Amino acid sequence: MLGLGEDRLRADMNRLLALLFHQGVLDEQFLQLQQLQDESSPNFVSEVVNIYFHESEKLLMNLRTLLMDKEFSGYKKIGIHLNQMMGSSSSIGAKRLANVCVAFRTASQLNNRPGCLRALELLEHEYCYLKNKLHELFQLEQQRILAAGVRYPRQM
Amino acid sequence: MAMTGEIYHSPMVCQEEELHVLAVDDSFVDRKVIERLLKRSSCKVTAVESGTRALQYLGLDGEKSSVGYDALKVNLIMTDYSMPGMTGYELLKKIKESSAFREIPVVIMSSENIMARIDRCLEEGAEEFIVKPVKLSDVKRLKDCIIKGDGEENVKKNLNKRKLRDEEDDHPGSSPLTPVSPLSPSMACDLASSSRSPSSSPSPAPAPAVSIKRPKLLHSS
Repeated sequence: MLGLGEDRLRADMNRLLALLFHQGVLDEQFLQLQQLQDESSPNFVSEVVNIYFHESEKLLMNLRTLLMDKEFSGYKKIGIHLNQMMGSSSSIGAKRLANVCVAFRTASQLNNRPGCLRALELLEHEYCYLKNKLHELFQLEQQRILAAGVRYPRQM
Repeated sequence: MAMTGEIYHSPMVCQEEELHVLAVDDSFVDRKVIERLLKRSSCKVTAVESGTRALQYLGLDGEKSSVGYDALKVNLIMTDYSMPGMTGYELLKKIKESSAFREIPVVIMSSENIMARIDRCLEEGAEEFIVKPVKLSDVKRLKDCIIKGDGEENVKKNLNKRKLRDEEDDHPGSSPLTPVSPLSPSMACDLASSSRSPSSSPSPAPAPAVSIKRPKLLHSS
């Protein structure tokens, strides 16, 4: 029964990943990250993704502060933040997020403030979705590891 | 794998085995990823967050001693293009201006596939321009290039491969490496080989077995 648990969890993970790929939320760069994970760096993916979350939340906060500023004039700063977010998003395979950044940047280049505000909302929404899904993925992975550990207890 | 002559070779370090790569990127995420990519490809990595730090590490910032550099010679520099303060392009220029370090291959990474940017970097002596995200296959290819030292043919061939794959139709109809000036191929050859000036560095060893030539400015057939 425990064995089934592990298989089920693995199937759940694969289904979730397939969904995220199908939706265009993730691209093959995420697979590349998974490939880089091994015994010498067993938590690589979650480590990088957590750094990404931490940095992205700061960037999103900065973007919101910049845009909400009554004396707003800093399109250049917005561009810098967006470039950073775009870069790190594509580095972890967060394709859809990176695309929203591109659209956002276009709006900022056209000094289109309402467009920027809309793009920011979309970006925040996408970010939330990505974060939730990846947390779900990592939780499944943790459970799978536990299930595998119980099934194959260490030989004394 | 002696690429520069003036450096103290620590007898403890076996330089034939592992490349030492200096990675420069202001993004923590990207530093993590490039570090893993390189370690996975059996390279030693030193990752720094800015061009200034990179120069400090190399000992090019005017300071007399750079402890890090004495310990482990750098075989390859991979730098992001867009960084606050000193850009990757500016770092590239500083390295190529230095007699001690100009032979170290420098690879530029960028999330933007901009022709003008690519041309500018190649003209300044960058070995290759890689569009992010960097993959394991990119690192493996780079490593092979440097170890084999097949020089221009290999580097240019790989560069074309990479560019053709990632070309985003910025310039439809033009070849990946458009000629900068109408030089004949033989003249370009002379330019490329003379730009290395191996005699400028007082190398005690005979001519290095591995050599990296600067990419030709011309796209020759």
